[in-house]
Amino acid sequence: MIEVRNVKFVYNEGAEDEKEALHNVSFTVNDGEFVALVGHNGSGKSTLARLFNGLLAPSSGIVKVDGMDTSDKKALFDIRKTVGVVFQNPDNQMVASVIEDDVAFGPENLGLASEEISERVEWALKSVGMAEHRKGTPFRLSGGQKQRIAIAGVLAVKPKVMVLDESTAMLDPLGRDEVMNVITRLNREEKMTVIMITHFMEEAALADRIIVMRDGRVAAEGGKEIFRKRELIESAGLELPVAARIAAKLRERGLDIEGDVTLPGELIDALCP
Amino acid sequence: MPIKITDLNYVYSAGTPFAKHALKNVDLYIEDGEFWGVIGHTGSGKSTLFSHLNALTRIQSGVIQVDEFTMTGNGGKKLKRKNRPDFKALRARVGMVFQYPEYQLFAESVEEDVAFGAKNIGIKGDELAERVENAIKMVGLDYEEVRSRSPFDLSGGQKRRVALAGVLAMHPKVLVLDEPTAGLDPRGKKEILDLITEIKAALCPTIIMISHNMDEVARYCDKIAVMADGELKLTATPKELFTQTGLLESLHIEMPQVTALACALASRGLDVSGAALTEDELVEEILRAKGVTA
Repeated sequence: MIEVRNVKFVYNEGAEDEKEALHNVSFTVNDGEFVALVGHNGSGKSTLARLFNGLLAPSSGIVKVDGMDTSDKKALFDIRKTVGVVFQNPDNQMVASVIEDDVAFGPENLGLASEEISERVEWALKSVGMAEHRKGTPFRLSGGQKQRIAIAGVLAVKPKVMVLDESTAMLDPLGRDEVMNVITRLNREEKMTVIMITHFMEEAALADRIIVMRDGRVAAEGGKEIFRKRELIESAGLELPVAARIAAKLRERGLDIEGDVTLPGELIDALCP
Repeated sequence: MPIKITDLNYVYSAGTPFAKHALKNVDLYIEDGEFWGVIGHTGSGKSTLFSHLNALTRIQSGVIQVDEFTMTGNGGKKLKRKNRPDFKALRARVGMVFQYPEYQLFAESVEEDVAFGAKNIGIKGDELAERVENAIKMVGLDYEEVRSRSPFDLSGGQKRRVALAGVLAMHPKVLVLDEPTAGLDPRGKKEILDLITEIKAALCPTIIMISHNMDEVARYCDKIAVMADGELKLTATPKELFTQTGLLESLHIEMPQVTALACALASRGLDVSGAALTEDELVEEILRAKGVTA
């Protein structure tokens, strides 16, 4: 679905404050997959988010979305229909003062018929559990609710891929759960490809595959077995999920714990057979 | 010289259909030298409460005493000059670090930005220069390296430190931090929390930290205030609060991840207390229960 091949990205190329944010990055994201992209602040995660839908074009290398090259300006419209991005700050993503108008903004720009638009708006709002708010204003909602409206706005375009760029970072635990529930459901039930950029390793542990970024490079990728590599995760400025941290400390002290422990339930099962 | 809040009430947009009773009869006493954590959902009144401490929010009803400063509510009307404390002196005493403070940087150089607050409370000349230098060093930045640079060329974590230095240069005795670790990666979070611990030891003895991260609060704070729907529901030590499962549920507060894990292990029959607040505590308890000795 998304192919990143030998991508280099340089901000302010040629200027005095030139900065190479990505050095020769390659990976693919398959159709229907839930991938977590993790890494420290400044590791290049958000640059990748902007490369996925052609907001930025690579300085060298290729980013392909559903077979389309993001450097091809003529393909941008279709690329943005395919890849939707939800950003960090919900307040910066609201465009209208009535929720249903806000969600309709994307499909309106696709030039769809008005019945189709209102069907999509209703479906998108239902998907995020906000249908009863459609006539309300986004400005009086909580952070978690606003972020769900932002997700609905992206959904209404019916993209194949949803990219979340630290979309839960500004939310409280309740809001974070609301958003994560919506995302995992969309991935499982609607088979939507999800790329989630996050610092929260407990969120990353819900993904099928984890890609660890460090200083503009892919430091590691793989399934949950990645959390066995404590040094690698810590060298990327991250920390293991709490259950994995405790399992690692217990192993260091000589207690034998079998299997890959990342979620609390797995540690509990390992300790209380 | 402690902080005493008595019967504080606050209503937003009073007299309109959007009126919201943001604070209801809040009483709170904070002793000098304490590290408080304040928890509660978005909209529970946390920020409204603490923005009263340095008079950023005009007091409507109730009394607030911070050291020698006393503010008494006057129905939200501006207090007469003779009835109100010296706000500049109060704001030097109580430092506020807002959420994402890096968005509030504005000056052309780090040095100027850090000096702004101190200058406004009348510090000048050598003393100003000295305070600025010390504050920049205290937040762990290389003074010579960053002093003349534009704050906008720094990384996100460095910018947040510059913003913090600007408050420290005013030499506050109470520091209010609104989600100081929001948006930082795990390493950045730990660095900021360790920095706050250092600041508490070296400069500013009383710390009030608003946080959504229960593990952070459990690990670093002496006392916790729980806000919900504009009310101060209770104050307790982390141990008292996080071991009361029923209470936490009724207040919709998450347990620290470590404590939740400890509870789950205890309920599955492992011989642990279920009250561990830190990872190391839990690790020791598990090892003991499993009969592993060092």
